Amino acid sequence: MLKVPYVTSYLTEHFGDDAFGTIEGYEAKGGYRAARRAITQMSPDEVVELVKESGLQGRGGAGFPTGMKWSFMPKETDGPKYLVCNADESEPGSFKDRILMERAPHLVIEGMLIAAWAIGASKSFIYVRGEYAYPAKQMMRAVQEAYDRGLLGRRLMHSDFNHDIVIQRGAGAYICGEETGLLESLEGKKGQPRKKPPFPAQFGAFGRPSTVNNVETFAHVPHIVSKGTDWFRSFGTEQSPGTTVFGVSGHVLRPGLFELPLGTPLQEIVFDHAGGPPEGRRVKGVIPGGMSMPILPAHQLDVPMANEFLRERKTMLGTGGVMVMDDTTCMVRVGELVSYFFRDESCGQCTQCREGTGWLHQILRRLERGAGAPDDLDILLDVAGSMEGQTICAFADAAAWPVQGLIRHFRSDFEEHIRQRKCPFPESFEL
Amino acid sequence: MVISELTRGQIADEITKYPLKRGALLPALHWVHAELGHVTHECAAELGEIFGIRPVEVMEVVSFYNMFYDSPQPRHHVRVCTNLPCSLRGARTLLSRLESHLGVKAGEVTPDGRVGLGHEECLGACAYAPMMRVDDVYYEDLDFEAATRILDSLD
Ligand SMILES: Cc1cc2nc3c(=O)[nH]c(=O)nc-3n(C[C@H](O)[C@H](O)[C@H](O)COP(=O)(O)O)c2cc1C
Ligand code: SF4
Ligand code: FES
Repeated sequence: MLKVPYVTSYLTEHFGDDAFGTIEGYEAKGGYRAARRAITQMSPDEVVELVKESGLQGRGGAGFPTGMKWSFMPKETDGPKYLVCNADESEPGSFKDRILMERAPHLVIEGMLIAAWAIGASKSFIYVRGEYAYPAKQMMRAVQEAYDRGLLGRRLMHSDFNHDIVIQRGAGAYICGEETGLLESLEGKKGQPRKKPPFPAQFGAFGRPSTVNNVETFAHVPHIVSKGTDWFRSFGTEQSPGTTVFGVSGHVLRPGLFELPLGTPLQEIVFDHAGGPPEGRRVKGVIPGGMSMPILPAHQLDVPMANEFLRERKTMLGTGGVMVMDDTTCMVRVGELVSYFFRDESCGQCTQCREGTGWLHQILRRLERGAGAPDDLDILLDVAGSMEGQTICAFADAAAWPVQGLIRHFRSDFEEHIRQRKCPFPESFEL
Repeated sequence: MVISELTRGQIADEITKYPLKRGALLPALHWVHAELGHVTHECAAELGEIFGIRPVEVMEVVSFYNMFYDSPQPRHHVRVCTNLPCSLRGARTLLSRLESHLGVKAGEVTPDGRVGLGHEECLGACAYAPMMRVDDVYYEDLDFEAATRILDSLD
């Protein structure tokens, strides 16, 4: 099946056109003009300033301002600097980077070229998750096409700028999506996150100053360069400009991708665009941004999907992976499933994370099977609290938050399991 | 020598792309898996020699990643995604029906070594659930009939 978003905007408008994935088709739509303009007519500082002014925030999960991240790169160095594209997309509920690479590989490459120029990187690495064999192949083909056209390599576009892109495939480890875990993996090691500081801008890939950005983040950049910051800011909210590609999954009639402005109300995404739950069902809860982000209950779906609003509801935009659960769903079961994932994927370096994820899973499993004790909820919250902000990377927070969110909004589901000594949701999904 | 000249050539080629030799270790392991299916001790020793690291360091990396193996593998890996979005759309039911169909449990291999059945975490196909990955290929929007047709056609 062709994976074309149901609602498109500037990033995805040509996704229905197979030719857009080729260099001819991409150039026919104006492709590489932005990179040419940046590299031949703008100074690196001008590009950084432009992206700063645009207000673009990273689409990899943390929402960090992209221009600011680029400005952290040291200007004068006596060795190489690197750019890294995080294409490890493994956050459950997220599939936009995959479709971007499959349908618009040149858009990603063009964004990278502009970023590379802005930070003065001589080489880029695209780290594609191991399971993404087909997207990796598409990216490799597109990179080769770009070399053949003189858009990559030495003196590209007849400028003085040299740039190479290397594609590396991961090998199945969620933690390699964390940027320093990714850098370790890129260096041929176990993907265990590094202590920070130093941050990648000082000590990144192979010990050199590096910038890591997400696939989608790069895809916005050519549009900003060619159409300007006012245009970009005409989408989205004051603090969160632009569109993003929401991936909607779970109990909806039309699961899929929807490119919409940031700030679009969650209920509009779930009901108007994705068609809402099947007939006769009601929405019970929605995870707004990939598995690490706390769930929202049905009565909070009025929230605009931008971090400044989501934070007030104690959750975040994350990767824009919207997972919808209807009223058959047992939220304790959701907790068990989520905690199983995090327990399985912890890299094990930090005690709080290694032990904490294990405890969370064990207690949730017991609760789901009706063998929970009344103080289990307190223990869960206690364990989750002890994991927050204590570890080398944000994985432990990402494991604690969903559990806290489930208890915050669906406490009665947990209490019923304890009271009835069984799961009260016979129609819930199987575990 | 277990790693062929051809694969050594591929590895040498990968090494030229990286500022430090070791950066090419994951690509090298992918090439080795394509040729040999898994990493034996001899193989780790040869890779160690190529990269100037100890064989145990190679094996440490192999054991960290799900897609690298230190023992012989079934002819085909069939993995059903059972993460939340897929589970919400019946992935677990599909997996248990595939278990009965093949007569093995998830995590096991058919006696003829043809299919290893398993589950996997989110594969980035959540809207197209349920789905499974057969070796390197994704099959999406599955039902039991479509899934068994795919399984039965594997050599
Ligand atoms: C556990 C964990 C997993 C992550 N996985 C990904 C991922 O798969 N893809 C991604 O782009 N960012 C991921 N991130 C975020 C990265 O660390 C990093 O912030 C991001 O790649 C920066 O890109 P951006 O500034 O363009 O958003 C992850 C973070 C954590 C803590
Ligand atoms: S928080 Fe967890 S995943 Fe992150 S470094 Fe520590 S143990 Fe590893
Ligand atoms: S949950 Fe199965 S592909 Fe994402």
